[in-house]
Amino acid sequence: MSAIFEVRNLKRSFGGLAVTNDVSLAMAPGDRVALIGPNGAGKTTFVNLVTGNLTPDSGEVRIGGEDITRVNAIGRVRRGLVRSFQVTRLFQDMTPAEHVALAILQRDGRAGRLFGNYLAMPEVMAEVGDLIGKLGLRDQMHRRVREIAYGQQRLLEIAVALALKPRVLLLDEPAAGVPQSDTGRIEQALADLPPDLAVLMIEHDMDLVFRFARRVIVLAAGTIIFDGSPSDATKDPRVREAYLGSYANAGHAA
Amino acid sequence: MTMATMNDALAAARGNRRKLGRDLAGLFVILALAVVGYLLFPNNLALLTRMTAIALLVLSLDLVTGYCGVATLGHAALFGTGAYTAGIAAVHFGITDPLLMLACGILGGVVAGLLCGAVILRAHGLPQLVLSIALIHLFHEFANKASSWTGGSDGLAGIAPDPLLGLFAFDLWGRTAYVFGIVLLAVVFALLRLVVRSPFGMLCRGIKEDPIRIRAMGASPKVTLIKMYMISGAVAGAGGALNAISTQVVGLDSLSFTLSAESLVMLVLGGTGSLFGALTGTIVFMFFEDIVSAANPFHWLTMVGALLIAVVLFAPKGLYGTIAAVAARWQEARR
Ligand SMILES: Nc1ncnc2c1ncn2[C@@H]1O[C@H](COP(=O)(O)OP(=O)(O)O)[C@@H](O)[C@H]1O
Ligand SMILES: [Mg+2]
Repeated sequence: MSAIFEVRNLKRSFGGLAVTNDVSLAMAPGDRVALIGPNGAGKTTFVNLVTGNLTPDSGEVRIGGEDITRVNAIGRVRRGLVRSFQVTRLFQDMTPAEHVALAILQRDGRAGRLFGNYLAMPEVMAEVGDLIGKLGLRDQMHRRVREIAYGQQRLLEIAVALALKPRVLLLDEPAAGVPQSDTGRIEQALADLPPDLAVLMIEHDMDLVFRFARRVIVLAAGTIIFDGSPSDATKDPRVREAYLGSYANAGHAA
Repeated sequence: MTMATMNDALAAARGNRRKLGRDLAGLFVILALAVVGYLLFPNNLALLTRMTAIALLVLSLDLVTGYCGVATLGHAALFGTGAYTAGIAAVHFGITDPLLMLACGILGGVVAGLLCGAVILRAHGLPQLVLSIALIHLFHEFANKASSWTGGSDGLAGIAPDPLLGLFAFDLWGRTAYVFGIVLLAVVFALLRLVVRSPFGMLCRGIKEDPIRIRAMGASPKVTLIKMYMISGAVAGAGGALNAISTQVVGLDSLSFTLSAESLVMLVLGGTGSLFGALTGTIVFMFFEDIVSAANPFHWLTMVGALLIAVVLFAPKGLYGTIAAVAARWQEARR
């Protein structure tokens, strides 16, 4: 199968420290990949590099076969490469409905319209209601973001990404800060994604990782030390040492 | 599911109707104030018309500063360019129909907006402010030097607009100009209410808060802001044209740093990020200026300064913003 998303020999260092050190990976449509690794391994930096929020020192990023290394962040989103943020980036005075509507309108090339209001666009409202309902935000949809709980803001962050109908979706710790009782909603939303969408999820919750991913990539100190099936990951001694070990020590079953 | 969708639709319709109500109330307030002004100050319509023109400038400034977070102390460049374009069209090209002059002013404002936007939006924060100050001085100096077109420091005189629609001559008492100005302001206000609530308006509010988030949604803050600058230029240009038509001269003061700074003061006084705030600030500031400067010509600026300090310290959302916030809290408490 041909790759929808491909990274070749990506490198970036900050002040002599190689935070992303020769990272290469490829994903096919429909892939469900978990990117794991200890704190400071360079996972968020990797996402920033491939989405164009940071410039790599060298290496190449491709989407659908097209080299997008020189394309800016906006162009990458328009080509279907969408991310969510580890630390929620939302508009405090806007409502969840407005966030999702804005993403939908932008996706359809209608966000520049000077007249009309999304509340009066039935097809937009239907999609907004659908996504918001799926993530359990229906009761909050017309309240301002600053008034809703952080866990719900995390869910909205995912709804915004999904509203853009990506081809490749990069989720940076989507469940961090979401109460245990609500992680089910994230899982359900992920399970409902179109089957041909490629998803890469950074996540610390190993239970979530094992249920979601058919492939696990382990990043440690900026280098990929493992790329394979979840069950093999738990057996790999290097992975145990770098990452899972610390979980096992913390009393988390690995 | 169908129940939920129906409830949403109902809630949405209710929200829309409430906003429409606010729009109509806004228009009603403008027209009511206009009538009151006319009855109270029949001999001072010129001041009221100037107030209307400046209100357009302050609304225009609110679009880029209040809604998009752009820092500028050079916004009179858009207003003055509109005024000079309308004036030059009349004096040098014989375009004396007031509506055509208005169109020229709007066009001039749009071009100035494009130009200023392209320069100012290259920077952020303090450098942005400095760029805007440099720009207004350049515009001022350019108008001063091009005196064969602009009349230089003597001003551009000899603007003689035709009767409005061929029916209403611009009279000595300024009645036609006053009505023309009020209708113009009401139309602009109604259009802007639509724009700030449109998808484009949402995009602008988003950019003000987090441009990186907007980029991650695939929208370009640069393109959006330039577009807003052009809309802002159209509004300020309309104000400039109104000033040229009603006073029949255009002076360098319409293209000055002072006017730019004063319009920012008016906006902050009334409250940024709200069209009502822009109107409130203009009315309060200009009346205050008129009354206080007549009562005490030496210390009126001191008093304006004191008023501004009081507002910034005790009502940081501006006069309208603070009143609106109090009213909202009151309503919340009663529910
Ligand atoms: N802009 C930056 N400047 C300097 N160092 C950075 C920058 N961004 C990230 N780093 C460093 O890179 C390393 C990896 O960070 P990050 O990618 O956030 O890790 P992770 O997401 O895996 O926890 C950390 O040591 C961090 O301090
Ligand atoms: Mg991270």
